[in-house]
Amino acid sequence: MAAAFSWIRPEPHGIHIVPADAWIDPARPVPRALVTHGHADHARGGHGQTIATPETLAIMDLRYNTREGTQPVAYGETIRLAGGVEATFIPAGHVLGSAQILLEHAGERVVITGDYKRRHDPTCVAFEVTPCDVFITEATFGLPLFRHPPITGELAKIHQRLAAEPDRCVLVGAYALGKAQRVIAELRDMGYHDPIWLHGAMERMCRLYQGWGVDLGDLRLVADAKKDELRGQVVVCPPGALGDRWSRRLPDPVTAMASGWMRVRQRARQRGVELPLVISDHADWDELTATVQEVNPAETWITHGREEALLRWHQLNQRKARALALVGYEDEDD
Amino acid sequence: MERFAALLDALVYTTSRNAKLRLLADYLRETPDPDRGWALAALTDGLDFPAVKASTVRGLMQERVDPVLWTLSRDFVGDTAETASLLWPEPPVPADVTPPPTVAEAVAQLAAMTRASAPGELAAMFDRLDSSGRYALIKLATGAMRAGVSARLAKTAFAQAFDVSVEQVEEYWHALAPPYAELFAWAAHGQEPPDTASMPLFRPFMLAHPLEETVVDLTDYAAEWKWDGIRVQLAHVGGETRAYSRSGDDISATFPEMIAALQVPCVVDGELLVRGSHQGGEEGGAASFNALQQRLGRKTVSKAMLADYPAFVRLYDVLMLDGTDLREMRWTERRLRLEALMARLPASHFDISQVLEADTFDALATIREGARDEAIEGLMLKRRDSPYIAGRRVGLWYKWKRDPLLVDCVLMYAQRGSGKRSSFYSDYTFGCWDGDPDAGAELLPVGKAYSGFTDEELKRIDRHVRQHTTNRFGPVRETDRSLVFEVAFDSVHTSKRHKSGLAMRFPRIHRVRWDKPVHEADRIETLKALIKD
Ligand SMILES: [Zn+2]
Ligand SMILES: [Zn+2]
Repeated sequence: MAAAFSWIRPEPHGIHIVPADAWIDPARPVPRALVTHGHADHARGGHGQTIATPETLAIMDLRYNTREGTQPVAYGETIRLAGGVEATFIPAGHVLGSAQILLEHAGERVVITGDYKRRHDPTCVAFEVTPCDVFITEATFGLPLFRHPPITGELAKIHQRLAAEPDRCVLVGAYALGKAQRVIAELRDMGYHDPIWLHGAMERMCRLYQGWGVDLGDLRLVADAKKDELRGQVVVCPPGALGDRWSRRLPDPVTAMASGWMRVRQRARQRGVELPLVISDHADWDELTATVQEVNPAETWITHGREEALLRWHQLNQRKARALALVGYEDEDD
Repeated sequence: MERFAALLDALVYTTSRNAKLRLLADYLRETPDPDRGWALAALTDGLDFPAVKASTVRGLMQERVDPVLWTLSRDFVGDTAETASLLWPEPPVPADVTPPPTVAEAVAQLAAMTRASAPGELAAMFDRLDSSGRYALIKLATGAMRAGVSARLAKTAFAQAFDVSVEQVEEYWHALAPPYAELFAWAAHGQEPPDTASMPLFRPFMLAHPLEETVVDLTDYAAEWKWDGIRVQLAHVGGETRAYSRSGDDISATFPEMIAALQVPCVVDGELLVRGSHQGGEEGGAASFNALQQRLGRKTVSKAMLADYPAFVRLYDVLMLDGTDLREMRWTERRLRLEALMARLPASHFDISQVLEADTFDALATIREGARDEAIEGLMLKRRDSPYIAGRRVGLWYKWKRDPLLVDCVLMYAQRGSGKRSSFYSDYTFGCWDGDPDAGAELLPVGKAYSGFTDEELKRIDRHVRQHTTNRFGPVRETDRSLVFEVAFDSVHTSKRHKSGLAMRFPRIHRVRWDKPVHEADRIETLKALIKD
């Protein structure tokens, strides 16, 4: 009899489902890939066949023109792979279309979370706890100091700033896929109905979200605005455009950044951020550890992030865990 | 405490000086006494609570957080206070919700703590605060605010908040202890200022304007050398002696021999220098600034230091003498009193800055050109009838510096500025050739500058940097070394800290030489020849 879970093998470039010869979030082109979500460190172009949720496939199409060889799988739907492996896509609550992947083979259940969070997010379907034997989790914010505060309190800081300095605008650096749309959608839920102004690089992804029924309200392009029109307004741009020449066209912007890293003062200072907003699409420490307890797997494998501390937590709680040395994952600007 | 914590956070995230001033001024105006006074003291390192140390905080955390998780977190954050503030296990909504302490309550409690009681009392305070509040409390208790607020900035903000003169703030400030109740009573409520005549306080310096194109009549102005040391004020009042730097910092501990040497009741203004033949100066004269630098910034001074770099003060002026304030008098009157005072001071530690004799301005210019002494920075011109007025007043005192030295350097690295300049590459590191550039010589960095150019030039240099980037390291870009700066500087010294072995004083961009080919830039040897240590 084969050793337990020998059919699933973490390799440096991704997680290999051996009997199906398929890979999860591979870092290089493979014949068959299952993709958890559209972020660049998980979704790459050039695979022979790409299996993902319809939303993720749409995002990949926008980014890589992945149109050939795609197989959409709806949330909750189970597909049969070669070698007697079944795969089910389950909401991960990370960004639009993000999924955990449940793999079943020979009576063993493995869940790969991709990236996930447990907080409410108006732009995507909430995380579902799925019991399993092996839980393969991310650990981007896997240090006990990371506790993301409620998003409404963070976004209220934007209002306060605009009220205090009505001649300026607040320029929010936010990851172009997921974070930006969540920030906008949450602002709308809080009753903010002014136009929100976009950096050009944000536009197509926001339109894609709107196409999937996410209400983002009145969005306009900074390129179409007169400088004075932007006073007292909210502008959203990719983190890389903060402090870039592009920002000179804005009226004395207050540089804000929406990211879980903003919890640490020095991180915010390094990026020249005046108004740090602790907003993340990843699970914080409390969510990571609570999720492991709820899922209650026989074993936890940790894909990427600050695995050392999460390993230590497993040890302290008499739980079995190992860190996978995967390459190609980066700290997203989350 | 919440307001103070919010102020600290805002200061941390604000890089522009004006914005910091606004934040501080708003806080000082809007916060009630005595919280604002305690906050002011905390921000300017004016508080000390011996019972609470960083180790107290670490000890508290070790009882509550696994040591491995603590170390991993501390390494990630890089600051013990911040790590503790983030990791503190908050009580799950306590039944009895005691409001957070005010700054004054926190100060009172911290001051009353003992080594034994500190952990328990601190823990109870942490439970009443959120993470920002805990951070502020730990910083308050252990010092080292790291909020980028100098004493000068705080005083300027205070003056702005209440629309009073910063020189007066400076003078009264030093007379008072936290929480500076009389200072706020005077500035915010128009009450009588504190009486400072009988205290060995800092009296703000009178400062000079650059002469530039102005020509003065020597019948109205007296001339003397501007010495290249550090401006110092010595005060012997009420039986105590203190030494103050230009910014009003008490530097008595750094120069104990000067404290011992002044026993006449007076307040004098002069240049602190180090005697040095050993540094190439004349026997008994003043050594270059580099020699003085050995003595600066020390909290304690060894016997060897005192023997190798003996300090003395070359006097410019007298502000108070035998209990009388002379600052309203004309300079000529004060000068006579200063000359008479010299006989009562030990010659080993005091001499007087000579008045230069010149009939015409041109003759004075010739004297200035001929100055060879390395301890001379230039000339001072003082209006003969000028009272001693704190700060810089047009037309009273002028400084006429020696012409700067110039050298052609090549731009190597550029860094983004801060505040209004944050989207511009405005801080430049430049280098000189370590040999013949046509025979494969390399550039070695010799200095950094971020001033001396116009806004138009800044835009053009910024464009150049972006178009000629070869490498990026965070906020820094390396360029392809294709632009020459004519750099002005006051002097150059040997330095072990730089690969080139050199350090410039006050380098600034004099001209941007868009026209000049880089191989025509200067070599390190040229700079080395200018060293006069
Ligand atoms: Zn992601
Ligand atoms: Zn990721």
